[in-house]
This record gives sequence, C-alpha cells and structure tokens, in this order.
Amino acid sequence: MTVLNPSTTRSTGEAPVPHQPRHPIPVEEIGEATIRLAGDSGDGMQLAGTQFTHTSALLGNDISTLPDFPAEIRAPAGTLAGVSGFQIHFSSSDIHTPGDQLNTLVAMNPAALKTNLKDLEPGGILIVNSDAFGSGDLHKAGYASNPLEDGSLRGYRVLAVPITKLNREAVAELKLSTREADRCKNFFALGLVYWLYERSLEPTLRWIQSKFSKNPSVMEANTRALKAGYNYGETTEAMPVHYRVSKAKIPPGRYRKITGNEALALGLTAASKQAGLPLLYASYPITPASDILHQLAELKRYGVRTLQAEDEIAAVGAAIGAAFAGALGVTGTSGPGICLKSEAIGLAVMTELPVVIIDVQRGGPSTGLPTKTEQADLLQAMFGRNGECPVCIVAPCSPADCFHMAFEAVRLAIGFMTPVMLLSDGYLANGAEPWLIPDPAKLPKIPVRFAQSHAGSNGNGTAAFHPYERDARLVRPWAVPGTPGLEHRIGGLEKEDITGNVSYDPANHEHMVHTRAQKIANIAKEIPELTVMGPSEGDVLVLGWGGTYGSIVTACQRAQRKGWKVAQAHLRYLNPLPRNTGEVLKRYRKVLIPELNGGQLRLLIRAAYLVDAVGLNKVQGKPFLVSEIEAKIEELLRS
Amino acid sequence: MSTMTVLNMLTPKDLASDQEVRWCPGCGDYSILAQMKKALAGLGIPREKFVFISGIGCSSRFPYYMNTYGFHSIHGRAPAIATGLKLVRPDLSVWVITGDGDGLSIGGNHLIHAIRRNMDLKIILFNNEIYGLTKGQYSPTSRLGTRTKSSPLGSIDTPLRPLSLALGADATFVARTLDVDINHLTETLKRAAAHKGTAFVEVYQNCKIFNDGVFEYATDKSTKADNVLYLQHGRPLVFGKDRNKGIRLNGLNPEVVELGNGIALDDLLVHDEKAEEPSLAYLLSRMVYPDFPECIGVFRCVERPTYEDVLNKQIDDVLAKRGAGKLEELFASDETWVVE
Ligand SMILES: Cc1ncc(C[n+]2csc(CCOP(=O)(O)OP(=O)(O)O)c2C)c(N)n1
Ligand code: SF4
Ligand SMILES: [Mg+2]
Repeated sequence: MTVLNPSTTRSTGEAPVPHQPRHPIPVEEIGEATIRLAGDSGDGMQLAGTQFTHTSALLGNDISTLPDFPAEIRAPAGTLAGVSGFQIHFSSSDIHTPGDQLNTLVAMNPAALKTNLKDLEPGGILIVNSDAFGSGDLHKAGYASNPLEDGSLRGYRVLAVPITKLNREAVAELKLSTREADRCKNFFALGLVYWLYERSLEPTLRWIQSKFSKNPSVMEANTRALKAGYNYGETTEAMPVHYRVSKAKIPPGRYRKITGNEALALGLTAASKQAGLPLLYASYPITPASDILHQLAELKRYGVRTLQAEDEIAAVGAAIGAAFAGALGVTGTSGPGICLKSEAIGLAVMTELPVVIIDVQRGGPSTGLPTKTEQADLLQAMFGRNGECPVCIVAPCSPADCFHMAFEAVRLAIGFMTPVMLLSDGYLANGAEPWLIPDPAKLPKIPVRFAQSHAGSNGNGTAAFHPYERDARLVRPWAVPGTPGLEHRIGGLEKEDITGNVSYDPANHEHMVHTRAQKIANIAKEIPELTVMGPSEGDVLVLGWGGTYGSIVTACQRAQRKGWKVAQAHLRYLNPLPRNTGEVLKRYRKVLIPELNGGQLRLLIRAAYLVDAVGLNKVQGKPFLVSEIEAKIEELLRS
Repeated sequence: MSTMTVLNMLTPKDLASDQEVRWCPGCGDYSILAQMKKALAGLGIPREKFVFISGIGCSSRFPYYMNTYGFHSIHGRAPAIATGLKLVRPDLSVWVITGDGDGLSIGGNHLIHAIRRNMDLKIILFNNEIYGLTKGQYSPTSRLGTRTKSSPLGSIDTPLRPLSLALGADATFVARTLDVDINHLTETLKRAAAHKGTAFVEVYQNCKIFNDGVFEYATDKSTKADNVLYLQHGRPLVFGKDRNKGIRLNGLNPEVVELGNGIALDDLLVHDEKAEEPSLAYLLSRMVYPDFPECIGVFRCVERPTYEDVLNKQIDDVLAKRGAGKLEELFASDETWVVE
C-alpha cells in the first residue's frame, strides 16, 4: 500500500487491510498530533492509550502521555464522574508535554464527550461511539438533547461510528457473550485511530497474543476488533485524509517507554547495585505511589526486598532500621503519607542516617485529589517537621528523569548521611516518555565507606568510638551493627558533638543545629550548577522545578522562536539549591516561577535571594498548558 | 569447649555502657537491666551482634545503658525500625524495649503487626501501668478507676491485657515475668532469646514514683503465693501458700478450686505451652487479680516460620530458578527499539 510509510510496513507480517481502496486516501504529513481516548472507566481507555503510546514509540516518534482517571475504581457507568481518559502527544521532533489541545478526541459515550470536548481544537476530529448515545446515556451525562443531532458539534469534524454494533459483528463468529464482545470495543476504536494516524497494528497484535495466550477466544476477539476498526477507517474512507507523523530525530541508542514510577523503581535498583548495598523498599499503598512498590516487589533477583508495612510510619521506620543496619532504606508515599512520616524523618535527621523518602505528590490538602497532580508539598518537604530539621530535597523533571534523580537521591543520602526527599508527582508518575537506556557499565559507582573496627578498639568497649565525629564535609561515620568494637547508641535526643552521647547542653544544641544545617548546605558543592536555556541575561527568566519542566521548556522555546529574550532554568535540586542560583536570578529583569501550587518555590526564592519573583500558579489537579505559560511570559514582557 | 569460646564469653559487666543510669532510685527498670545483662552474657553471642531498639519512655532509655548497638527511637515505633533492621540483617539478635504506653498506645499498631509477621524479635514490654516519663498519666494497662493527674476521678477505659493482645495477633512466644523475681526474669529472658520468632515478654515493673506498689499483691512475700501462679509446661495449674489451690475448667470458664474434698490434681487444667491452639493460653492471659491468681511464666511457645526467613526463601528460590538479575536485563524489561 502506497500510503504506508516504511516504518509501518516493516513489521506488518499479517496484512491488516484486506480491501484495497478504490483510490488511495491521501496521507498528509504532519509534524505532531495530540489525541485523547476517553470513555467510561470500564471501557478500557487506559489500556488502549497505553497501546497507542507503545506503538508510536516503536515507530520512532517522540511521545509524551497523560492518563487521567477517576479516583473511584468503578464510578457508576456512564456518569461524568466515571470518565477515564488517556492523552498522547506524538511527534516527529523533540517534545516535552502531552500537548495542550487535542487534534483528535475519541469519546466512547456522552459523558466522555461532555467532559473532554472543551480540550478539542476547533475543527478537530471527533470520533464518537454513536451506539452509546441513547436517551438514558444522554440523561446520565446531563445532555438535554443529543449533541450528535442538535448541531452543537458543528465546529468539529465528527465521525459518528456505531462502534458497539460494528464490534459485535466483528466478533460474532466467536459466540462470546454480549458482555465479553463489548469488552473489545476499545480495540475497535484503537484500530480506527491507528488507521487515522497510519500506525502499524503489529505491536498491539503481539501484545494481544502474549497477554491472552491462555485464553484463545479473547485473543481472537481482540485481534478481530482491532483489525475491524482499522478496516473500517480504510474501507469506509471514514475521513478524506489520514495522517502521518514520521520518526523523530532523537539521539541514537536503544530506547524503551518509561513512566515516572517505573523509572524511580529502576533508578533505586540501579543505585543499590552501584552502591553494592541491598535495597529495602518499605511502603504503604497509596495513589499515585503504589506502582513503585509493585515494580520493586518483582525485583527480588536484583537484591531488592520490599515490605508492605502496616502504615506509613512503619514504612519509614523500617527504612530507617535498614539504614541503621547498613542497607539502602527507601520509603515511598504521597502527601498524606508524608504527614505521617514527618516525626520519623526528623529521627533520621537527628541520627543522620541515609534514607530516601519519595513523595509522589497529588492534589491536597488531606485526601484531596488522589489521582490528580499537584506540586504543593514542597514547603512540607522543606519545613514540615518539628525543630530545625533540614533534609536534602531533589525533584525529577520528567518521567525518564525519575531514573536519574532516584540515583542522585541515593548518592546524596549515602554521601552525606542524611535523609533525602524526592518530590515526584502524579503527572510524572503515570506519564510516559521514551527513555534512552543507559549502559549499566557507564553508571557511576556510589562509594560507601562503613566505619571499620578501628585500631584502638579492642573489643572490650574501652576504646571510644565516636559516632558523631565528622569528616571535613561534616559527614558522620556509618557504623553498622555487627562490627566489633563500634558498639554505640543513637537516638532522637540531642547528641553531644563528637561522642553522640545524650546532651542537653544549650551551647551544644545550638552547635549541633548549625552543624546539621551546614552539612546539608555543603551538598551544594557536590551537585551540578543551575544551567540556563536561552540568553544568559535578558528580560525574563522562567524558573521551574519538578514535573512542570515539559510545559515550561516548550513555552520558552516558542517564546524564543518569536525572538523574545526569555531564558529558562529548572531546579532539580531544591535543598540545597544549586550554588549559582542567586547569581543566575540577578541576570534577568524579571523572574517568573510557574508552579502547580500557591507559590511555594517563589516564597523560598524570594526569601533566599530577595528577588521579586512573579508567580504563575495553578491548582486544578492538572499540568500546565504550554499556552498558559506562554501567555504569562508575554504579559510579563509587556508590563 | 574451645578456648576461643571461653575467651568470647561475656560477663554482665562487659555489657554495661559507660553512661550513668538515670532511673529513679528503686525503679523496677534497674532489675530488668541487671537481669538482661546476666541473661545475654551467657548466650555465647558476641556483643556486637546485639541490637537494642526502643521507643520513648523511662523504659526506652534502656539501650543507652547496654554496651551493644542501640537505637533510642521515637514513641511507639521501635518494632517498625527493628523490622527493617532484621529484614536486612537476620543474623543479629534484635531486642525491642518498650513500655505500656509506647507499645500499646501510640505503637499498638506496629506491635501487633510485628507479632503477626513473627519477625525474629525479642520484644520486652515494661508494664508499670502508668506513663512514667510524662510524669504519671494513666496508661492503656492501668486498672479501671486508677486515679492520676489525667484521671482525677479514676480511669474509665477498660485496660488492655498485653498478653491477650499478643495472643490475638498469633504470637509464637508469650511470657510474663516480674521485675523483682530476678531468677525467673533471667530465665524468661533466656527463653525469649532462644525462641526463633517474635518473643513477647511482659514484665511487671514497679514505678516507684507514680504507681508504687501496683504489683504488690504479686510481689509481696506474704501475699504472693496466693496471687500468682507459676506456669510450668505439662504441669497442672496449682498455686497457693500451701499448694492447695488450682485452676479448673468449668465449661469455657476457668475457676479457682481447692484441692481435696473430691477434687484431685487430675481435675485441674494442665499447662501446655506448645498447644497449637492459643485458646487456653488466652484464657490464662485473662485471669486477673483479685478474682484469680495471675499467671507468671511462658504462656505459649510454638514454632512458625519467621517473616524474614520466608522472605529470604522467596529470594533464594527466584535466584535459584532465574539467577541474579543484571541491570542490562532489567532496563530492557519492556519492549525496546533502536534509534540509529
Ligand atoms: C509523639 C510523641 N507523643 C508523646 C510523647 C510523650 N511521651 C513520652 S513517653 C510517653 C509515655 C511513656 O509511657 P510508657 O511507654 O508506659 O513508658 P514508661 O515511661 O512508663 O516506661 C509519652 C506520652 C512523645 N515523646 N512523643
Ligand atoms: S518515673 Fe517510674 S518508671 Fe520512670 S524511672 Fe522513675 S520510677 Fe522508673
Ligand atoms: Mg509505663
């Protein structure tokens, strides 16, 4: 078929398209596209979206995805609360966000249409399952009249397809129950979208085969549904044109698709190997962090132990116990769990043990928006403990960066004998992008120096081992139980300098408070400087942190293309801040800090550098649109 | 015995740290500390292999006074910290020191979960039926009506029975002993040390300052014999100054009976610490002065795999089956593609 580009034909052993169209439908080359598959949470939209992502990644596109699912596992079918969506941005060039506006929306029912239509661009393609627009369905979604008939969709290219009926016909021979047959309709829709964007069916067919190998009829049904959807597009000439998004020019190497949570699990495992320490990951299930526990529980062969603890306090406690014992202790949770862990994190600060605490942030306060993203735990990480209680804080900036920052968190925790908090978020956790797989041989080693039974120790306890005697960087020794001659006691009571004995001496307390703070400050010498993209001085610096990187960098690139003097810098180390941060800030007339919170980094930056930074703050449980940041930059430039 | 082992034998003094012990004069904790050193010295375990982990409370200061590895952590959380430690270092002898407030109030959750997992931890609960460190509020084990600063008209919440709780969580080793009965205390600690799995020991401990004498009925020489019953495995439950009283089962209820008048030893309950079913042990744990003598000794001692052994076996099994994992393989565990 002339319309298929080489990358799609290469693997289609089984021709998915039986009919040769009378005249080939023209294919239009486009640089990028953003689509969203939306339906009831029981409709399998997450699965279809994952498959589309996977296929697009294999075709060599750059990708970025945003799943969006309801907090309830099964909200009542057909209701607005039960709508689940999966957005994919795929491109022939380097991209960083899941896209602002949709070029194509698939709505499997009226509720999905209602909740998602506002994100579809004017004139965008709207594929709807017309079988799901009965009066009951319309009523559940709160439609007074049928939007497919009342002209309200006039501004879009609407493709109303009787998906339920066509899908049932496609699998009719298999004699499935209606229910079983209908469960494949997500693959029918997926097939149609594959046709629309000229994707190969092969990766999904392979997946179906391995996934349902034990259930041949389900395997066959999904295969038929997928092909039927594709063929529907082809034979009915559903659209006058279909689209091609070619391979992206991205750095050469071997890639895989990775979500932030997967990348954290791999980063921790790699770090434990490079440190030569067993990893104990202790956690209590919570959205959106649970997948880290699930991932790591599978990795026993890699020296990983997991503990599903009785609560978050136990989880951090177990991580601290493991750290005391000379292992890599890590715990992961979301904001509500961090609240519970606070006291124990303070204990790790006092006892100066290396633990990593992962916070996959979600909308708050309290239970808040469990499945939605937010960046509102930064000040909690900075200050949310009693006493002067500094910890090191890092924050990955993209799903793939989670690998690197997990590795960094471990390196700094061990290197400085300190708890390190890693702030991910719901967007990074579930979002996916291609990951250039690193060569394990080139990963740095993480040096670990356990205190050895020293010369003076004679095993009788007469020689004094000083657990709080520090090196030049103020780091205390890691003396592990089981080592003869180093028996010592640690705890949460204030320590006497050097000996580590309990001390209530006022001057000693002040000295120790300063010492703990200075030790964290010293980390700045061992982390990279802040780098700037764009002019080294100018009108506006857009400073971000964590998961907003993609939207910020895209907005800044667009602004720069317009010739505006806008620079962009992103903080992945938040405590301490990179040593050149203040100096960078001073080079710009204005500093804009976009955050998915009320202005938490801005508060810190203003306090630390007396810079009158401007905020762009959004708390809707959603990531920034590129256009929102662009508009704010423009506003600043004009003011 | 080789000379090596002889040389390695510790004395109780070897286990004393250089820190000044700061409990109130007459506090029951002193005795527990002394007996602990005695018990551990005889085990043949090198000092560096012992780890003491405590929460917060007077009792939880304990680790500072032992010249072993020690961790005085935060209120109630010691079992969790000990769990993490033991998971990565199963070779160490790990002791949790806790109080009735620490272990049963703020840390109740961790306690039951450590016990149900059967982590190989020795958990010693110093029960003085009071919050000592915070200067004398009633605790979860204070008897109904206990008058304290926070319960001036008498406490109104039903006390927890630590051993009943432990048995409810399927503890594999459950014992009770007394601070002043030093031989029994030492022997009980030794038995706890010898148990593989969670050993839960409640020690009746006198708080000289805030709850002096709560256990007098069980410790005073003149009343003790009638108020406590020393459990012995395989023996009938007999007590009393003249060893003339016993416990008999009447339906599902225990009752105190006098021997003679047609009641013989054969009619009494026989203690079986190995019983698979914990019901009888539970029943004993519910016997409370003054209606009953309180049982002292090992209530239950059964075998069950420890959590860490099962976890390590799962690890060994996958390693045997599939070999140690390599990062190359892990990174490529999803479908990959090459960009040229
Ligand atoms: C989070 C927290 N809450 C409260 C306290 C105060 N506190 C310290 S010890 C204690 C009770 C101790 O009672 P118990 O465990 O019976 O120990 P004892 O002093 O009687 O040996 C309390 C409430 C604390 N240290 N930490
Ligand atoms: S207050 Fe009571 S428990 Fe605490 S040290 Fe004094 S006597 Fe012992
Ligand atoms: Mg107490």
